Amino acid sequence: MNLGFRPAALAGIPFGMSRRHFLSHLAGAAALAGPATSFTNSILANAADLKKRHKSAILLWMGGGPSTIDLWDLKPGSATGGPFKQIATTADGVAICEHLPLMAQQMHQMAIVRSMSTREADHMRGRYYMHTGYVPNPNVTHPSYGSVIAHELAHKVPHLEIPPFVSVGGGSEGPGFLGMTWAPFMVDSNGTVRDLEMGIDPARLAQRLEMLATVEQRFIGERRGGSPEDHAKVLEKTVRLMSSEQMKAFKVQEEPAEVRERYGNTGFGKGCLMARRLVELGVPFVEVDLGGWDHHANIFPTLADQKLPELDKAMSGLVSDLTERGLLDDTVVIWMGEFGRTPNINGGAGRDHWARGWSVVVGGGGFKRGTFVGETSADGKEVLSEPYTSQDLMASVLKALGIPLETTFTAKNGRPMKIANSGKVIKELFA
Amino acid sequence: MVCSVWCRIAVAFVVGVLAAGLSPGCLAADQPDHYGIRQVRVINERIAAGWKDAGLEPSPLATDGEWCRRVFLDLIGRVPTLTELQAFTVDSSASKKADLVARLLGDDYVDEYARNFTDVWTTVLIGRDATNANVNRSGMRQYLRRGFSKNIPYDRFMEELVTASGANTNRRGVAGFNGATNFLSGKMEEMGVANGVQATAKTAQVFLGLQVQCTQCHNHPFNKGKQNQFWEFNAFFRQTAALRRRDGTEDVQWIELVDQDFPGEGGDPEEAELYYELRNGLMKVAYPVFVDGTEVPTSGFLPGTMADGTPYGVNRRQELARLIKTSPLFPSAIANRMWSHFLGYGFTHPMDDVGDHNPPSHPELLESLAKAFQEQSYDLKELARWIVLSRPYALSSRTTPGNKSDDPALGERPKFTHFYLRQMQAEQLYESLLTATEVDETRVGEDAAKKKDRWLGQFVIAFGTDEGDDTTTFNGSIPQVLMMFNGDLVREATSTGKGGFLDKVASSGLSPTQKIDTLYLAALARKPSAKELKTANALLSARKGDVAGALQDVWWAVLNSNEFIINH
Repeated sequence: MNLGFRPAALAGIPFGMSRRHFLSHLAGAAALAGPATSFTNSILANAADLKKRHKSAILLWMGGGPSTIDLWDLKPGSATGGPFKQIATTADGVAICEHLPLMAQQMHQMAIVRSMSTREADHMRGRYYMHTGYVPNPNVTHPSYGSVIAHELAHKVPHLEIPPFVSVGGGSEGPGFLGMTWAPFMVDSNGTVRDLEMGIDPARLAQRLEMLATVEQRFIGERRGGSPEDHAKVLEKTVRLMSSEQMKAFKVQEEPAEVRERYGNTGFGKGCLMARRLVELGVPFVEVDLGGWDHHANIFPTLADQKLPELDKAMSGLVSDLTERGLLDDTVVIWMGEFGRTPNINGGAGRDHWARGWSVVVGGGGFKRGTFVGETSADGKEVLSEPYTSQDLMASVLKALGIPLETTFTAKNGRPMKIANSGKVIKELFA
Repeated sequence: MVCSVWCRIAVAFVVGVLAAGLSPGCLAADQPDHYGIRQVRVINERIAAGWKDAGLEPSPLATDGEWCRRVFLDLIGRVPTLTELQAFTVDSSASKKADLVARLLGDDYVDEYARNFTDVWTTVLIGRDATNANVNRSGMRQYLRRGFSKNIPYDRFMEELVTASGANTNRRGVAGFNGATNFLSGKMEEMGVANGVQATAKTAQVFLGLQVQCTQCHNHPFNKGKQNQFWEFNAFFRQTAALRRRDGTEDVQWIELVDQDFPGEGGDPEEAELYYELRNGLMKVAYPVFVDGTEVPTSGFLPGTMADGTPYGVNRRQELARLIKTSPLFPSAIANRMWSHFLGYGFTHPMDDVGDHNPPSHPELLESLAKAFQEQSYDLKELARWIVLSRPYALSSRTTPGNKSDDPALGERPKFTHFYLRQMQAEQLYESLLTATEVDETRVGEDAAKKKDRWLGQFVIAFGTDEGDDTTTFNGSIPQVLMMFNGDLVREATSTGKGGFLDKVASSGLSPTQKIDTLYLAALARKPSAKELKTANALLSARKGDVAGALQDVWWAVLNSNEFIINH
């Protein structure tokens, strides 16, 4: 249970301090610009807002670089093709790996982009690039998908008391110049949030918080740079979260057994189920991490016996569940890693890093369903059609969410930064 | 005798800190601000020249309390105790800063200095993720702790890490323990393939400030790094193997890092070569060649002598250590790293990525520090002394209209016109909480280390790659705030239990205001403002005579503040 940090509990405390009063002390006027923080108002707004449609995105992040040539763009009969066969799917003309039979039943909702061509084949650089649309730059840190989308969509869900960017089972990438307010909130796949409860009387907590706000504000007032104020903003969010009934969304175990079974009893399965619960509540961006794709050796048994069954169950469970609940039209799903893997199979029966030609999968929101985009050569090494980049993919995702591509941020150094690094929308993904 | 210690502190506190106050530090007129140390003067001059060129004004000096807190955090990894703070603030001699630094770098604090730099270098050398089975963190720490306790010269430190062989774990029944092996023991294999790729990347990054990991697969897109250079550097690690050892049972194992003959991938151990794959699928050959183009003999045999007395073979890692030591990048990389440790930003950003694509902000100063460090026999404590006694390190973190634009967080090249804020590292926070609440004496030995490890482990997020990349949630985000609000460590630190810190303050003979002053000084090295005192007094009356309870509220608030967790 949470602290029960409710307006009623705060009404009678000394110093005449309300939650709003506290928050204003804590963060200063600047931090409060934006959605109204009045607790009462937000509760009144709650019921109505929840029924309203809101857009969200779920990123299924495949850390390590999945072998897309073995999943979504098979090359049977080629020397680089590996042992897997392809199977037909519910989408006309779209065949995928035999070890993804459940996803084969959902491909009419999805679209494969087989013509990703990027240049970053180092893990850290690749994950940064694919998360931000920018190559790493020593002078500026760019915001990741989750931070950008949360930043653009959070104001449409004013009832939301939990963070607008949740990362399940992984670290995602940070908010860069957008500031710690837009940092990913990380939870494990059981939805455990550590240290959520203080176990003291709410009135006393409020008094402590007022004391804290006094210290915070003094330090902010001394003009030592931006981080003291960032700290205060995160305090404000933490207090909101501690007092929120919405924390229930993290409790996947409250789902009926048959729903949990649909996603599979794996960390990734639980993460995908949590993503659905969070999206239902209005969280604009959820990233679910499935690591362990860095198969430099012994790749095929590892894929067939471990990675693909876990992925297949969870991802198909998510797509079908979102569809049945009518959420898919407003929820974009993205499946990707930092790069693909070499068509050449190395001496250790593995595949190494390969960024020049690889695949991602998208679906939901405004995306066209049941299709594929692009073509690679017979050995899988080259993209034969128009190649697409991380920024193109990001632009397409934003379009599918209805976020204007003219949006421009101002980096901390005052330089304007176009959203998605001026990527071009992948036209074939839209009807 | 806990009580008498406390009474002594309380008395000293009343006559000392309260009387002296914490005024902005200033130097006596006759004391030059370089303390007669040439390198301090060079730093001050070069940095000031940078201000002049950029048309910036430096901030005034930090207060004595701020500077004292800073130098304790950076040198020994924790905030000062009340006694230590008071000793510094009442000292009116012109050499008080140099004296304090001498003490912190001297025998009195040798264990704490070693603990702090062990924490720092454990992260540098093996990261924070504790899941790599081929690394024994305790063994790594034992090596580092001994090294920093003895202040071994940095060139020897590098050589011991780069050439280490032996068992990585110090346990009964394991012969030949050498904790230094842990730097490389977990970096020799990727997914069961013994290629030394991570050893290559990390050695170049840590000791030369070169980021070469991208060039494993291709020529670097924007610096001069070429793929052949990566594999030629990698060739130095091909006589090295990380062998898994068991002591009879199946599950107990350790790693033995050994040098062994490298037969070469082409079948000729006299020309022991390795092959790597170009992007177009062609294979190329590589022999050991250092980053500056220096070649070493191509033999894969370890050194030996033939029956006729002719020597043969070469130890590639020893050759590598020798070449690193002669490289100008070596002292420069450590000078940049140490500057970044103390000033918050290096001369390049990131500080371990140098080259034409990323030129330093103060090239002459970096070169001068590197050269002086080399001439000073690679003495890390001397390098630290020069930096912490310099003027840029002594400046306030408060910006002025004349230097507000100097903000590296905005992507500007740092000019060091004011002290840049940074959040404490998790290790510094942990030690500071122990210090501020005076519980350190109850935590000693291996149990204490394990407890600390478990606490630190909660923040680590691994990235799911086989390079062991990780990040931390100890980054100012919500989980960190929750930990500070409600976590066990803070719960313990704010306990009002008998004989604990708060109990001692509450039951001391100090006045209510002095009690609150005490909490502020212990955590923030300053006294509360009038407004803070007023809020604290309101808490005292709200707790209706429960002084310990009210102090607990104040203490909780102070420990949770931005001012506490930010090194300023």
